[in-house]
Amino acid sequence: MQKYSVFSLVKNALSNHENWDLAWKDPTPKKEYDVVIIGGGGHGLATAYYLAKEHNITNVAIIEKGWIGGGNVGRNTTIIRSNYMHDDNALFSEFGMDLWRRMSQDLNYNVMFSPRGIINLAHSDAQMNTYARRGNSMRLNGIDAVLLNREEVREIIPMADFSENVRFPIFGGLMQPSAGTARHDAVAWGYARQADDMGVDIIQNCEVIGFDVSAGKINGVRTSRGDIKAKKIGLCVAGSTNILAEKLNMTLPIETHLLQACVSEPVKPVLDKVVTFGAGHFYISQSDKGEMVMGGDLDGYNSYAQRGNLPTLQHVLTEGIAMMPFLSKLKMLRTWGGIMDMSMDGSPIIDKTHIEGLYLNCGWCYGGFKATPASGWTFAHTIAQDRVHELNAGYSLNRFNTGHLLDEKGLGTKTWIS
Amino acid sequence: MLHIKCPHCGLRSQNEFSYGGDATVKRPELGKEISDKDWDNFVYNRKSLRGKHWELWQHLSGCRQWIKVQRDTATHEIFKTLKANEEIS
Ligand SMILES: Cc1cc2nc3c(=O)[nH]c(=O)nc-3n(C[C@H](O)[C@H](O)[C@H](O)COP(=O)(O)OP(=O)(O)OC[C@H]3O[C@@H](n4cnc5c(N)ncnc54)[C@H](O)[C@@H]3O)c2cc1C
Ligand SMILES: [Zn+2]
Repeated sequence: MQKYSVFSLVKNALSNHENWDLAWKDPTPKKEYDVVIIGGGGHGLATAYYLAKEHNITNVAIIEKGWIGGGNVGRNTTIIRSNYMHDDNALFSEFGMDLWRRMSQDLNYNVMFSPRGIINLAHSDAQMNTYARRGNSMRLNGIDAVLLNREEVREIIPMADFSENVRFPIFGGLMQPSAGTARHDAVAWGYARQADDMGVDIIQNCEVIGFDVSAGKINGVRTSRGDIKAKKIGLCVAGSTNILAEKLNMTLPIETHLLQACVSEPVKPVLDKVVTFGAGHFYISQSDKGEMVMGGDLDGYNSYAQRGNLPTLQHVLTEGIAMMPFLSKLKMLRTWGGIMDMSMDGSPIIDKTHIEGLYLNCGWCYGGFKATPASGWTFAHTIAQDRVHELNAGYSLNRFNTGHLLDEKGLGTKTWIS
Repeated sequence: MLHIKCPHCGLRSQNEFSYGGDATVKRPELGKEISDKDWDNFVYNRKSLRGKHWELWQHLSGCRQWIKVQRDTATHEIFKTLKANEEIS
């Protein structure tokens, strides 16, 4: 594989950039692999990469029904953070933060990780108290957290509405300075390129349409391009989890819902943090191109549509304008949506299943982009060793049966509200 | 924008309704031995079908009645609506 560097850039400039290697190949599926990963999103690609890199398992195929990066990994708003209160979530996410910090070097691919910090705004005394509690929990787990008062927030984001007569005045906020954003496509492509180089087959335009299970064991998958055998299969299909679960006669604590996002026209640099509104669901950051990147609520009813409805967008942007009135002057450039695997407690599942050789990775809700490296790392471990790692032990499927829920927000089982 | 035909009020915009999830989920019967599995299925496990899906909506800013709606979760086409006490056939 050609290494990407300033030297290879200069060298290839001399031949008009016509001689770059393909970043990954387009192989025909083999009859059998040691491991098949279903879904070429961030999690599937990262899993294959860590299977090869950490466990020396390279006879691996990623089966993707469309093109890699066409799912949620290419549709999200790229917020990366570990500002969780519960230990399982905090330790898992902070492990991921370490992988993010090294990712561009590890993958020899500039993922433009930008630890610019995130501020969750508080709009009441009660909210300040819960933020103080969450911040303390974070610090006990070695994660950076700073509680800001109103004046401190004003210094950082003076463009927010600090006038006196507002419905949701800003009381302060909780900041995680090390949180940030990254370029989502580069994450998918970077993992794909390295996995391909280590021998993983990335098979695109190939849909898994069924499974070969006998005597409680998985033997392979049926795909639109023929049957493929494998003794170990990892499911990483995010918003399509319920569809494949049905083919396995499994009913999961997951519902599929739609989340939208949008960007404004590009403007000059105005916001150098990720900011979330605390009195509803709205968050914003500014991309390197200058667009304001915004998102918020789910559309609110089960959906596989991959495109959203205007009432939700209007609602979300109303919150945005309440928080930062200057947004009302901007033109909207693009809106889009992605379908998401909403779990019943808001936390993911990375686990074995009752079928031998079948492994489950789902339930990422709004927060699966930041989890990409840690999810791939722990899922690869779970598949390779046939046992969960301590980092994903809390993300078990049977926690819904035993009552050990990881309900970070305390919202219960109405996934369309969480 | 969805347009939902409330069986009590007629065709109204989605903005007047709030969502209540899968309408086929049944609470385990009281007074009977109920297994953990039954409770799991009632509280947590959902089919979340792609295609025709019976679901509950409440006409919150209208008659405030709960109703059943059959909608395609991929196209949002609405096929049928029923009153809450009408059985899904
Ligand atoms: C609008 C929006 C904003 C978001 N913002 C954030 C954010 O700011 N921060 C954050 O951390 N997370 C965010 N998320 C969530 C995050 O994007 C997802 O949780 C995460 O990307 C899911 O994992 P993935 O990348 O593997 O999924 P995907 O990229 O969706 O990968 C799943 C893949 O499986 C494939 N597939 C499905 N069925 C089959 C089949 N039968 N056979 C073969 N392949 C199949 C799909 O085509 C798809 O490519 C956001 C999501 C959306 C939609
Ligand atoms: Zn009505």
